[in-house]
Amino acid sequence: MSADIVSQQIADTQHQNQRAPRRGWWEILPFTFGIIWFLIAFFPVLYMFGTSLRPLSDYFTDIPWLPPSHPTLENYSSVLASDFGLYFMNTVFVTVFSVLLIVIVSLLSAYAISRIRNRVTQFIFNLFLVGLAIPLQATIIPIYAITINLHLYDSLYALILPSVAFGIPLSVLVLVTYIRDIPRELFEAMLIDGAGHFRILRALVLPLSRPALTTVIIYETIQVWNGFLFPLVLTQSTNVRVLPLALWNFQGQYTTNVPAIMAAVFLSATPIILLYIFGRRQLLSGLVAGFSK
Amino acid sequence: MSASTRTAVSRRDGWIAVLWSLPALAFYLLFAIIPLFIAVYLSFTNWNGLSQPTWVGLQNWIALLSDSVTGNSLILTIEVMLISWIVQTPISLLLGVFMAGTQRYRAVLSVFYFLPLLFSAVAIGLTWVALLDPNFGLVNTLLKTIGLSALAKGWLGDPGLAFFVVMVIICWQFIPFHSLLYLGGARQIPRELYEASTIDGAGRLQQFFFITLPQLKYTVITSTTLICTGSLTYFDLFWVTTGGGPGYATRVLPLHMYITAFPNQAVGYGSVLAVVLALFGVVLSFVFLRFTGFTRMSSQLEGL
Repeated sequence: MSADIVSQQIADTQHQNQRAPRRGWWEILPFTFGIIWFLIAFFPVLYMFGTSLRPLSDYFTDIPWLPPSHPTLENYSSVLASDFGLYFMNTVFVTVFSVLLIVIVSLLSAYAISRIRNRVTQFIFNLFLVGLAIPLQATIIPIYAITINLHLYDSLYALILPSVAFGIPLSVLVLVTYIRDIPRELFEAMLIDGAGHFRILRALVLPLSRPALTTVIIYETIQVWNGFLFPLVLTQSTNVRVLPLALWNFQGQYTTNVPAIMAAVFLSATPIILLYIFGRRQLLSGLVAGFSK
Repeated sequence: MSASTRTAVSRRDGWIAVLWSLPALAFYLLFAIIPLFIAVYLSFTNWNGLSQPTWVGLQNWIALLSDSVTGNSLILTIEVMLISWIVQTPISLLLGVFMAGTQRYRAVLSVFYFLPLLFSAVAIGLTWVALLDPNFGLVNTLLKTIGLSALAKGWLGDPGLAFFVVMVIICWQFIPFHSLLYLGGARQIPRELYEASTIDGAGRLQQFFFITLPQLKYTVITSTTLICTGSLTYFDLFWVTTGGGPGYATRVLPLHMYITAFPNQAVGYGSVLAVVLALFGVVLSFVFLRFTGFTRMSSQLEGL
C-alpha cells in the first residue's frame, strides 16, 4: 500500500519537475520533510492495524514492522464476542443524543444572539465565551457531586448532560459568526412578508447555515465519541460502559494480548474513520471549528 | 412604525432572545459555571465522595502551601506547555505550509498526516504502550536489530525518561491539529504577494521568511493559545500510559487532581487543585485575549 503511494509521489514530483524545472532542486527539501513526517504519522497507525491481524503466538515471534505472517481476523471476532456491541451502542446513544441536543440548543441561542442585538444577548454571548477558557477537568468533581444528587450517577444520561454543557460554547460561537454573515436584506424581506422568528429560523437560517451546522456536528461527534474523563468518573457498571472506557478495561483484561487490544482500538474508531473516508474535507474543517485564522 | 411600537417590538425581542437562549444557558450554567462555584465551596470541606462533606475552613488551602507533590505537578504542567510549544510550533508550521503547496503528492501525503486526529487519547495511549513495550515493542526490537541494544529501554518505566516519552506521544497526537490551523492560514495568503516577489527575484526561502511567516502571525497566536490552554487538559494520555508514575514523574496537575479526588478519595483537597487549575486556565486565556480577542479567532476556515 505505502509502496504504491511512494511511487505515485515520485511520479508526481517528476511531473512537477517537468512543469516547473526551475523549482525542481528546491523541492528535494520539502519532499524529504514530507516523507519523514509521513512515516512518523502513519507508521504507528499501520502498526496498530498490522498487529490487530496477528495471531497472539505470532506477536511474540513476528518482526513487528513487517506485515503479519499469518493474517487472521480472530482478534476481531474475540473482541466482538465480548460485550463490544453493547459498548458500541452505548457510545452511539450518548454521542447521538449529546450532539442532537448541542445543535438544537446552540442554534436557538445563536439565532437569538445574532439577530436580536442588545445588552442582554451580548451578556449571554460573553458568558458562553468564558466557557472556552475553563478546562473541563476543573469541573469534574462538582459534576460528580451534581450527578449523584440528581440520581443520575452510573447512567448514560450522566454522560450526556455535561457533554452537552461543554459542547455549547464553541457551537454557539461558530453558529453566531456564521449567522451574522447572512445578508440583512434576506431577513428584512422575510419580516416584510410577515414571517415570525420561527419561520425565519426554519426557512432562512437553517438552510443557509448548513456548513456551520456540519462543522459543529462533526466536531462535537468526535469530542463526545472519544471522551474519557466523564465516563471514567461518572459511570462504573459494565452495562453503561462506553468505548474509551471499555478500551481502558480491555487493557486490564488482556494485559499481554496486544493484538486483541489493537483490534479493539481499531474497532472503536471505525465510525470516525468512515467519517474521514467519506467526508474528509468536512471532517478536517470541522476539527478546527472556530479556531482557524 | 412609530417609536412606541418599535420599543414594544424590541422589548418583545429581548424576551425572545432570553427565552431562546434558555435551554443552552440551563445546560451550560448547571454543568459548567455553577460547578466552578461548587468547587470553591468543596475546597473548604473534607469529603470522601460518599458521606456528607464537613466544613474545615482553610485547612486544605493551608495544606496546599506545603505540598511538594502539587508543586511538582505544577512545574510539570508548565514544562508540558513549554515543550509542547517548542516542539509543535515549528513542525506544525512547516507541515501546514508544506500541505498548502499545490503539488499533488503533497495532497496525497496530507491524507495520512491527519490519521492521529481520528483516535481517542485512550486508543493512542494503548498503541504507544504497545509500540514502546520493553520486550516485544517495535521500538526496542528495531534498536536491537540495528545493533543499538544499549539504547533499548523500558521507556515508560524510567523516571527520568517517562515524562519526555509521553511528551513525544502528545506532540505526535497534536501536531496534525495545529498543522491544520497553519494549512488554513497559509491558504489565505494572497497569491499576488508571491507573484510580485517572484518578479522582484525573491527565492523560495526569502518568500518563506518575508511573506509566509509574517502572514501567519495570527495563526501562530491562535495555535499558541490553544497549545497553552490545552496543556492544562492532558489527562487521558498520562493516565493511560503511565498513570502518573513512575513515582510522581509524570503526575501533571489535572492527573494529580483526579488521583487525589477519586482513587484517593480526598475530594476536598482535590477541589483545591481543581480551583487552581481553573484559575490557571482563566488567567492564561485572559493573557492571550489581550493579544487576539475571541472574535478574531472565530472566522471560518476558508481555504480547506
